Amino acid sequence: MLLNEKELRRQTFLEQWNLLSLSLPSILVIILIIIVPVGWLFYLSFTGKGGDFSLANYEKMIIYKSYARVFMTTFQVSFLTTLVCILMGYPLAYFMAQLSDRMAAVCMLTVLLPFWTSLLVRTYAWLVLLQKKGILNDFAIEIGLWETPIKLVHNLTGTLIGMAHIMLPFLILPLYGAMKRIEKDMTHAAANLGATPIQVFWKVFFPLSLPGLVAGSLIVFVLCLGFYVTPAVLGGGRVVMVATQITAILENQFNWGAASSLGVVLLVSTLLILVLAARFLKLDQVLFGRN
Amino acid sequence: MNWWNRPATETQITHGKRIWLYTLAAVIMLLLIVPTLIVIPMSFSDSQYLEFPPKNWSLRWYFEYFETLKWMNATKTSFLIGFLTMLVATPLGTMAAYALYVSGHPAAKAIFVLLITPMIVPVILIAIGTFYAFGRIGLNNTIGGLVLAHTALAAPLVMIITTSAFRTYDMNQERVARSLGASRLKAFMLITLPQIRFSVITSALLAFLTSFDEVIISIFISGGVNATLTKHMFSALRDFIDPTIAAISTIMVLISTTLLLATQFLGNKSTK
Repeated sequence: MLLNEKELRRQTFLEQWNLLSLSLPSILVIILIIIVPVGWLFYLSFTGKGGDFSLANYEKMIIYKSYARVFMTTFQVSFLTTLVCILMGYPLAYFMAQLSDRMAAVCMLTVLLPFWTSLLVRTYAWLVLLQKKGILNDFAIEIGLWETPIKLVHNLTGTLIGMAHIMLPFLILPLYGAMKRIEKDMTHAAANLGATPIQVFWKVFFPLSLPGLVAGSLIVFVLCLGFYVTPAVLGGGRVVMVATQITAILENQFNWGAASSLGVVLLVSTLLILVLAARFLKLDQVLFGRN
Repeated sequence: MNWWNRPATETQITHGKRIWLYTLAAVIMLLLIVPTLIVIPMSFSDSQYLEFPPKNWSLRWYFEYFETLKWMNATKTSFLIGFLTMLVATPLGTMAAYALYVSGHPAAKAIFVLLITPMIVPVILIAIGTFYAFGRIGLNNTIGGLVLAHTALAAPLVMIITTSAFRTYDMNQERVARSLGASRLKAFMLITLPQIRFSVITSALLAFLTSFDEVIISIFISGGVNATLTKHMFSALRDFIDPTIAAISTIMVLISTTLLLATQFLGNKSTK
């Protein structure tokens, strides 16, 4: 009997390891593409010119004001983009969550199509729409918003518009999921007990949708921190974020240590935000907006 | 009682009182969709300059695209890499999902977190990291290197989609098959896979698109004859504006629309 039990346990153990080994190819790819290269950058960032341990790369970040400016811009752009996404994403998700399944699926296509379309395509479209002789300027002058064409692109405004457009689906998808999971009985009961529609929204619906909103906002914010393509194109060199700075350092100075240290700061801030968020939400929820 | 005065939700608020919400939602949906689709009319413009709406229509940018060796080579490379990434990432991601879901091993959770790191680590860091590491082992500017890097991005997506498919699937069916004498592989292939096939196909399409649309890693580690379409598009966008991009963009929008509709169709099928 005892022997049998032992044998069984041994077999379960073996089977578990056998099964687990199916994930080995994926693990190898991740080690080769993520762990080793990022680890290498980590090492480079702490290495001085002579190959010895040094904090020089990080000290430079504190000494030079240009770095502070880059961090400020990154934070500012990420924060504003997230804010715009919340202001636009919440009403749309709210609207869609109350539609019939069929109608919601149709409306959802307007979120999914941009989501699936290359961000280069969308960045290009905004470049054309926002230019001085572009349709947006023409339209605004037509309806009298402003008189002479204003510069909407190759600056912060253009970057924000483009980034908000690209990030919006990342906010809407988890938020919509969270709203769909709110039991209709809750709002119904509140209304039944005499709450006005506005009270029902603020006291019942909104708090229940908060996890989805926080998850979506975090995803947007974290993605913005490391964003490269859109600021590089729509910012026209005037909006220098961390990722832009990293490539600039590599292209102009070929300084791997300096570029790596910026990358490490970017990674650590991303992880910090996610870890903090994970204390309040489940990791699954943060990453995919799932409960 | 007409629609205007009918309650819109369970709170008795009427549609009429919420017309502002409908208008706002419509405007936001337009803002989402118009910049995505506007490249289509733009691509048929005759002008050298970026303009919308076009004054004269022509196909010149499509001819330009199809007749330029640089664009054609890049398109072939992108398709090839996307296709290979799909072929590698789909089985890899599905295997990992199966392993972590079925084994119940204490390490499964840690491995899951390890496997989704490509979704957490900023892509710019992956890009310069692989550029540096590939430089040492001679994988820069190779098809193999790009496929490997794109697989790292696509496999976690596949794993997540198939994991949620496993969650809705009754694993006991596989147990029955095995108790009747099927090996684990046979039980998976004959019983499980056919039932989760729509999720697997969806994840495969997404894997292709992940690779096909990927920009930052491609900028760094692709080059020469193996430069991808996105790499050329990015430098064209940053340095000088070439209306050929509108034609290419239109083709890319068509590809993503087709794939999206395919997954929606598959999604409908799998929930029925």
